[in-house]
Amino acid sequence: MSLLVDLAFQLVQMTVVLLIAPLLTGLVRKVKARLTRRRGASIFQPYIDLYRLARKEAVVADSASPLFRVFPYVIFAVTWVAAALVPTFATGLLFSWSADLIAIVALLGAGRFFLALAGMDVGTAFGGLGASREAMFATLAEPAMLITVFSLALIAGSTQLSTVAAFMASSAVGLRVTLAMGLVALVMVALAENGRIPIDNPATHLELTMVHEAMVLEYSGRHLALIEMAAMLKLALYLSLIACVFAPWTLAISDTGVFDRFTGGSLYLIKMTIGCVALGVFETSIAKMRVFRVPDFLGAALMLGFLGALLLFVSRTLK
Amino acid sequence: MSALAALMSLDAALLSLGVIAGFLIAWRVSANAFVYGAAFALSLGAFVVASWALLFAAPPQSLTLPIGLPWIGAHFRLDALSAFFIALIGLGSAAASFYAIGYGRHERSPGRVLPFYPVFLGAMGLVPLADDAYAFLVLWEFMSLASWALVMAHHERPENARAGYVYILMASFGTMMLLFAFGVLAGSEGSYQFSEMRAASPSLAVATTALVLALIGTGSKAGLAPLHVWLPLAHPAAPSHVSGLMSGVMTKVAVYAFARVAFDLLGPADWRWSVPVLVVGGASGLLGVMHALMETDLKRSLAYSTIENLGLIFLGLGLGLAFKADGMNEAAALAMTAALMHALNHMLFKSLLFFGVGATLTATGARDMGKLGGLMNRMPATGLFMLFGAAAISALPPLNGFVSEWLILQAVLLGPAFPQWTLKLLAPTVGAAIALTAALAAACFVRFYGISFLGRPRSKEAAEAHEVDRFSLTTMGALAALCLIAGILPGFVIDALKPVMLFAVGGTMPTQSTIAWLSIAPIAASRSSYNGLLVMIFMLATSALVAFIIHRLASDALRRAPAWDCGFPEPSPQTQYTGQSFSQPIRRVFGGFAFRAHEIVKAPTPGDMAPARFIVRGDDLVWRAIYLPIERGISALASRLNALQFLTIRQYLSVVFAALVVLLLVLAGAA
Repeated sequence: MSLLVDLAFQLVQMTVVLLIAPLLTGLVRKVKARLTRRRGASIFQPYIDLYRLARKEAVVADSASPLFRVFPYVIFAVTWVAAALVPTFATGLLFSWSADLIAIVALLGAGRFFLALAGMDVGTAFGGLGASREAMFATLAEPAMLITVFSLALIAGSTQLSTVAAFMASSAVGLRVTLAMGLVALVMVALAENGRIPIDNPATHLELTMVHEAMVLEYSGRHLALIEMAAMLKLALYLSLIACVFAPWTLAISDTGVFDRFTGGSLYLIKMTIGCVALGVFETSIAKMRVFRVPDFLGAALMLGFLGALLLFVSRTLK
Repeated sequence: MSALAALMSLDAALLSLGVIAGFLIAWRVSANAFVYGAAFALSLGAFVVASWALLFAAPPQSLTLPIGLPWIGAHFRLDALSAFFIALIGLGSAAASFYAIGYGRHERSPGRVLPFYPVFLGAMGLVPLADDAYAFLVLWEFMSLASWALVMAHHERPENARAGYVYILMASFGTMMLLFAFGVLAGSEGSYQFSEMRAASPSLAVATTALVLALIGTGSKAGLAPLHVWLPLAHPAAPSHVSGLMSGVMTKVAVYAFARVAFDLLGPADWRWSVPVLVVGGASGLLGVMHALMETDLKRSLAYSTIENLGLIFLGLGLGLAFKADGMNEAAALAMTAALMHALNHMLFKSLLFFGVGATLTATGARDMGKLGGLMNRMPATGLFMLFGAAAISALPPLNGFVSEWLILQAVLLGPAFPQWTLKLLAPTVGAAIALTAALAAACFVRFYGISFLGRPRSKEAAEAHEVDRFSLTTMGALAALCLIAGILPGFVIDALKPVMLFAVGGTMPTQSTIAWLSIAPIAASRSSYNGLLVMIFMLATSALVAFIIHRLASDALRRAPAWDCGFPEPSPQTQYTGQSFSQPIRRVFGGFAFRAHEIVKAPTPGDMAPARFIVRGDDLVWRAIYLPIERGISALASRLNALQFLTIRQYLSVVFAALVVLLLVLAGAA
């Protein structure tokens, strides 16, 4: 019986991230539009876009390989699975033990691996450009994220995200320099991974600075819808991840009642809204970087994460 | 018949198969299918016997043959550690042999390959069985020389001849270091049997010297930095199935040799031993993957990636040594299990990738990325299997590469428990190095696969490529399947490694196969767990669900059209990214200090019609800082000693007399 309830909650969480992801993207766009004194599209516009794309005929380039049509499904599945493993409003997901934080990082890495390959598949200059730059960003962003995960795992004594969140919500954690460094590093990585300003501009097209858009240039119709959806899921994932690790209060810890889960759910929405507004404000207040400034930015994230972890390794005995 | 006797007869049969092959070729009989088929059967037999010995935890067996040095004989022994490595070698050899039944048909000079191939396999299979220093070194040399002959198979190409030269130099150097290591361990009594070395308790200084010598000796075979220079020359020079064997299997024999010395023969470990191992492992990982990212020759790129993976394996072994020295046996078991699993996984995917490049070579005659592209359309099966290999080596879940890297990271996370400050600081550094290496490896294999198998063909040969024979495809398919199986059911591998851990570090990881849902949990389920099977089912279910929903409810219409490319499609495939341009951003970020790479843009002055030039300069620091001075030193010394060639008889006699006096003085001093 309890297995069924857990399974139901797992499915609810999976559906929640899937449903909420376009809304978050729409919200960020709305905030950015309002801040630049435009009215902006409705926050529900991404749903409409996705629906429109999904119904369109898919155009596939002549030189595309059979994998071209498979990659979008793989990218979507990998991202969704990763997102489903991050607690949104309650911990103790049924399948949370099937992949820990390191595995979530690796799943996101898999998504990027296949996206870069998808960009190279048709054999156009833009696709290769995007893939090459994405690969360069990833070589710094992924280790930075992994090192931050190390710090979290050492503080909480576990790499399981549910355990980490439960530990962070308890009073045992206190203020730590490492956590502050980890938060900054994680936010920097999140900006890079989601292709936000100052790393990449999600709104540009036909610009030599684009990265993500360059890779998906040849996609259309349902394939494009899936890739866009995966990108939105990724944003939701990072926002949920930061919220669940650094602001885990009101997260319903496992074995609590339905009511707690309900409060957790509504507060989750509030947390996500705050995150989106913050992202929108940040993006409007900063300019995009040159591509070769990005390694400095991400290198700083890597160093912060590393210093945080080093502090932790060194300070454990002093406690 | 005992398992040990069975294994020895199988290997002896392999050695004699080499002789038979020689005769067959002398008689001009087509020997290809027979030799490779027999090698396949014998290797598979060795795999089965060794796995049986490992899984059923057969007690150690020994055997003495009256060959070799007259008063010693040759000792052989089968225990858990050797059983694991023999199983690994057997599986890798069987795969390579089966692949070669098809691939070997394209060999232009089979007489240079067929006689040495079975000898190489037999020698590799025998090294882990050797139980005294003499037998070990003889078999080790056999392995080196047989592989050298295979590297020289196509010696008419000057770069292969050079590769063979560098290889034989480095291999001899490595064997010499191992000889010294065993010499130090044997002591003045000259107890060359491993059982005597095990029983002796050498002083810390002696043991440390032996460990460093063994690290140099085995590291030169495993391709650890800075002794790696021969590897990217020699491995690609051999025929592809032999390249796969050298990278996937022979390097593991070096891992075995190091593990045998460090975890068995030396006795109780000292924590300081782990420091050089960790430093060398981390350096090899980073250096190897950087080089792999810059290389445009597919086989050389794979060879550099072998250096990277061996670095990871030695990192695991180093952590295992450190944990063992500090009495944390469970943690040591975790680190060493990770290392050995990575050894197995690396054998699987590296063999697969080399076989795939071999298939590419058969189909197009090219192994330079700049001449390939779009092979997925022409060779879909090879392309699909290669995608599995590329994803596995990039440590993507749910494939096998991820599991072993995940386990190594779990071992790193136990680092704060080290009592020594050096190790405490080294542990997060190792973690960062692994993270960086893994990320760079993923970039490397996006490039490797994307440039050669995706995109548009860059040459006529690539455009007219054809799928390869069924033997090759079957082997690649089987290896790809094994990569997946080892990734989703790692618990069984971990459990199979238990007797090895008990033998090597005196502790084991918790039993995995009893954990619900076939998860793996290296320490405790509350701390960390991973379930590749569930992740895979999850991924398959979600993608199938989405595909079904979209195709049913939205649209499944599809139209083929020319590439859009922002409205200005350029028909020439030259406009695609190449191997060099793909890695250019990474070279700019990391290459500055890794290779002292710098780019020079020479733009003509306005009005000048000369073309602009873009020049990239780089430097292999290891080669320049270590090998060139040695080479210069040897040449200088040789030209000085040249004078000795032109002495008179009287002068020679006085030199001999002086040498005799000096030797007598040394002897008198020692006594």
